[in-house]
Amino acid sequence: MEIIVNIQLKNGVLDPQGKAVHHALLALQFNEVQNVRIGKQIILHVEDNEKEKTLKRVEKMCEDLLANTVIETYTIDMKS
Amino acid sequence: MKVVVAVFPGTNCETDTKYAFEKIGCTVELLFHKIDTLPSDTDLVVLPGGFSYGDYLRSAAIAKFSPIMHAVIKYANAGGQVLGICNGFQMLLEANLLPGAMKRNQKTHFVSKYQYLKVVNNNNSLLKKLDIGEIINIPIAHGEGNYFIDEDKIKGLYDNEQVLLEYCDRAGNKENPNGSVNEIAGLCNKNKNVFGLMPHPERAIEDILGSSDGAKMLEGFLK
Repeated sequence: MEIIVNIQLKNGVLDPQGKAVHHALLALQFNEVQNVRIGKQIILHVEDNEKEKTLKRVEKMCEDLLANTVIETYTIDMKS
Repeated sequence: MKVVVAVFPGTNCETDTKYAFEKIGCTVELLFHKIDTLPSDTDLVVLPGGFSYGDYLRSAAIAKFSPIMHAVIKYANAGGQVLGICNGFQMLLEANLLPGAMKRNQKTHFVSKYQYLKVVNNNNSLLKKLDIGEIINIPIAHGEGNYFIDEDKIKGLYDNEQVLLEYCDRAGNKENPNGSVNEIAGLCNKNKNVFGLMPHPERAIEDILGSSDGAKMLEGFLK
């Protein structure tokens, strides 16, 4: 089973990298861009198991290691 | 006094740290991250600077699960003194021994230079040899030193005298090299036995190197 975890800085937490990329896009005349936020995507290949149970396990992975929940949020997308 | 310096893959300040503590008269032992117990006569554990585990995922995100960190967390929770410098500070945040988190520097650049700092509280081992409001000069060198904490928790840090140092200019005016909330450069926990700071006191222990202000910090731990 493939699971895609997306990690983003929380709304309201300033994203320095996103801001730098935004400036660069404006310098390239992409003036329609209003905001840029940069995140991380982590792709997990997990042995097939009950979906509910796997989701619980991946949530724990996010809480313990993959995301820092002081500044980041995460979403879990399970491809079956 | 016995100081233990933890060494992770990617740590690069362990020898400077050992040298600095030996210079002020301590016995120093370097301990590899796979060791899961601290010597029973340990008086202070130092988590030194560097790039543990290549800073993969986030700075210090992986180091917090090292065997030695289990021992360090237990030691800290039992009241033992722990000092985290730079990457070590990031470890203490990731391990929840100190509140908040680090983000990429506001201007996204790695910053490496001497930096003036203002002493905010000195009611603790690290800063007791310095005066409140004193301006000191200590090198910083980091890419992720942009300290963040939820706004509603900032006041508590000051009320509990947990803020140690703030970045400033030579005259003591606010100056922010990395975007940190309130220019915060260092913190301790409520019990004042766990200390974290981004500046490198071990690099400022001899006047010939530009400053000896760091030695005054380290000497505060001497029994």
